[in-house]
Amino acid sequence: MADEALFLLLHNEMVSGVYKSAEQGEVENGRCITKLENMGFRVGQGLIERRNTVLLLVDLFRFTKDTARFKDELDIMKFICKDFWTTVFKKQIDNLRTNHQGIYVLQDNKFRLLTQMSAGKQYLEHASKYLAFTCGLIRGGLSNLGIKSIVTAEVSSMPACKFQVMIQKL
Amino acid sequence: MSRQANRGTESKKMSSELFTLTYGALVTQLCKDYENDEDVNKQLDKMGFNIGVRLIEDFLARSNVGRCHDFRETADVIAKVAFKMYLGITPSITNWSPAGDEFSLILENNPLVDFVELPDNHSSLIYSNLLCGVLRGALEMAVARQLPLRFPTVPQVQMAVEAKFVQDTLKGDGVTEIRMRFIRRIEDNLPAGEE
Repeated sequence: MADEALFLLLHNEMVSGVYKSAEQGEVENGRCITKLENMGFRVGQGLIERRNTVLLLVDLFRFTKDTARFKDELDIMKFICKDFWTTVFKKQIDNLRTNHQGIYVLQDNKFRLLTQMSAGKQYLEHASKYLAFTCGLIRGGLSNLGIKSIVTAEVSSMPACKFQVMIQKL
Repeated sequence: MSRQANRGTESKKMSSELFTLTYGALVTQLCKDYENDEDVNKQLDKMGFNIGVRLIEDFLARSNVGRCHDFRETADVIAKVAFKMYLGITPSITNWSPAGDEFSLILENNPLVDFVELPDNHSSLIYSNLLCGVLRGALEMAVARQLPLRFPTVPQVQMAVEAKFVQDTLKGDGVTEIRMRFIRRIEDNLPAGEE
């Protein structure tokens, strides 16, 4: 059990650390974003992996087989918006939209990793650094739930932001 | 068990691993970025320090502990309040030096290393070194609660300490032991930030 404050501080320190050791420029910025995203991906995978292990043990213990935990893709996305988001950010996604063709937009009106920064338009250009890890987190979680995706994020006015998930059909 | 209850258990289990997993991803990345373990150790310590100087504010705001009058009280607060609050464990305090300026924190289990195994080529890596930095940073910035206006302001209670791992379950030891050493009191100065 680790407190949310500790995770927030660690995340911010990771963002600073990644950028401190990098040089200036577009290419470097891209590399930093990728590093953070990849770290998030590993964590997202890990969270679901642990969850799957726990559920497997619960099933074995209770001699039940709940193979249909998720009905469909939308059910999985709802899980991400509710349980997964609550676990990581102590709140649910505020709004989920989809075109029913593999694109989902998850809106968080008070994104925990941005609330420390200014409200409004200040520092907007730095916001992407604070979203990369979470994009990876979503992508990693989905990956271990059997879904391949591309996740991007945009901020128009802090601390609200939107995560766009594009499901990749194999 | 209803589906609701299942979901609750899931949340809690996932939550306790978020920090551990994130920390693991960080260490993995640092091992890729830096060529040798010593540099990784230093980086973890620096990052820990930066986290510690901010964490202490959060801690003092939440914990309501009074001013520590000596190093023994400090040790108690660290083990019984701080570690419990942030990592859910209560290390024991042992091996006090005769002068009362050194002690050990013994962690039966270290939540940071759940499911972690040190690969062979990283024998000098101090995996949990972030913790040492956090302890250092937090104590350097520990500020006494201010008394009401009619009393003079209490001077800052800041101290420079050394923290280092002397035993590590990851390296095959039975327990994890952090040795804390009091260096000196810092009077009314802010510590230099770690770059």
